[in-house]
Amino acid sequence: MNTFLRASATVAAKDLRSELRTKEAFNASFSFSLVILVLFSFAFDPSSEELHSISGGLLWLVFSFAGALVLNRSFARELQNDCLDALISAPVPVSAVFFGKTIANYLLLMIVEIAALAVFAVLYDTHFATQLWPVVLVMLLGTWGMTVIGTMFSALTVNLRMREMMLPTLVYPLLIPALMAAMTLTSDLMSGTPLGPSNMIWLRVLAGFDFIYTILAVVFIDIVLVG
Amino acid sequence: MSAAALEVALDVVGVSKYYGDFPALRDIHLRIAAGSTLALLGRNGAGKTTLLRIMAGLSKASEGSVSMGGADIRQEATRRRIGVLGHGISLYDELSATENLVLFAKLYGLANPDKQALTWLERTGLDRVRDGLVREFSRGMRQRLAVARAFMHEPDVLLLDEPFTALDDRAIAVLQSLLADAHARGRTIIMSTHQLKEALELATHVALIQRGQLAFTGERTQQMADDTGWLYRTYGDN
Repeated sequence: MNTFLRASATVAAKDLRSELRTKEAFNASFSFSLVILVLFSFAFDPSSEELHSISGGLLWLVFSFAGALVLNRSFARELQNDCLDALISAPVPVSAVFFGKTIANYLLLMIVEIAALAVFAVLYDTHFATQLWPVVLVMLLGTWGMTVIGTMFSALTVNLRMREMMLPTLVYPLLIPALMAAMTLTSDLMSGTPLGPSNMIWLRVLAGFDFIYTILAVVFIDIVLVG
Repeated sequence: MSAAALEVALDVVGVSKYYGDFPALRDIHLRIAAGSTLALLGRNGAGKTTLLRIMAGLSKASEGSVSMGGADIRQEATRRRIGVLGHGISLYDELSATENLVLFAKLYGLANPDKQALTWLERTGLDRVRDGLVREFSRGMRQRLAVARAFMHEPDVLLLDEPFTALDDRAIAVLQSLLADAHARGRTIIMSTHQLKEALELATHVALIQRGQLAFTGERTQQMADDTGWLYRTYGDN
C-alpha cells in the first residue's frame, strides 16, 4: 500500500509540476468555461427565478466541457518522448500511475471549477453562501466521478488519432447518472433547498457512482495500458 | 543460446505477436545467458522492436511468455531489474534534468533520489545543466540524460532499442563506456540495432530476426565482426 501511495503521489506531483510550468490545460479549460458562462449570460436573464432551476445544469455543462479539455491532455502528454513507456516499465503498479494522474487531474479540475463557480456567481447574481459547503460537497463528488472515468478513457484513447473527439463521445454517456445527480443537487442547493430526505438519494447515487467506477478503473487499467 | 548451462537472464518461450491477422513475431524461443551481450539484428519491420517491447513488459505477447529467473516479466520485482532505453528518450521536456532523474529514482524506489540523480548527471557530463529544462537541451544532451535514466537503477538486464541511432560522438562515448562497465559487472545487455559495426564490437551473442522469425542465434564469431554483411548473406533471405 505504501508503494502504491508513494508512486501515486510521485506521479501526481510530476503532472502538477508540469502543468504549473506550462499552464496548458488550465488556460484552455478556464478560458473555455469563461466563454460559455459569458455566452449563456446573454441568453438568460440573470435575475430570473428560472435561472435557479437551470443553474445546476448550466454549471455542470461548463464543468464537463472544461473537464474534457483537462482530461484529454492527461495521457496525451505522456506520448511526447515515449514517456508512457517509462512509466509502465517502472516497478510500480500501473494502477498507481493511473491513480496519481487521476489525483492531479482532480486537483486541477477543482481549481478550474472553483474559479468558474466564482465567475458564475458574479455573472448570474446567485447567492448560495448558506449552501456553500453542500455545493462544495457535490462538486467534490461529481468531479471525482468525472475525473476517474475521464482519466481512464484518456488512457484508452491515447493512441487514437481522433482522441480529442473520442474522449467526450465515450465519456459523456457513461457520466449521465453522475451528471444527473450533480445537476439536480446543485439546482436544489442554488434555489435554497438544503440537502435532506428529498434529495439525499441523488447524493447516494453520486457516491455510489464514484465508488464503482474508481474500483473498475483501478482493476482494468493494466489491461488498458499494457494489453 | 549455446551457453545453456549458464544462468539464464531472460527466457523467451514460444513468443508470437499478432496485430490483427498480421504476425509480427512467430514462435520465438531465446534463452539469454546472464552476463551476455546480445545483438538483436534484422531489417526494418523484422520484429526487433516488438520483441524488445515484449521483453520489457511494455506489450503482451499473443502467445508464449517471457520470464526472468522464472518470474513473469510484468511482476514489479522483475521490472525493477530491467532498464529500458527505447526509441524515445522517455523524459519530460517541461521538467529539469534533475527533476526527471529524481522522478524515476523515486519510481524505482532508490534510496536518496537526489543524490542518485546528481551522481548520474555527473557520470553523463550533465551536472552543469542539472537545473536546465529538458526542452532547452540539445539532442545529444537529451540522449545522454535518457541513458542516465535507463542505467540509474543499475538493472541486471538492459534492453536497448537502436541505442546508437542519432547519438552525437559524446553520447556514443558515454553509452559505450556505460555498456562496457555494465558488461564488466556481469549485466546482461540486449540491443536491437542496424549499426552492425558498433553492435558486433560489443556483442558476445547474436540473434537474427527475419520477418518475425528467428533465423539465427548463437555466439558472435570473429567472422561476423570482420565481415558485417556475412550474417545476412548466410542466414538472411536476400
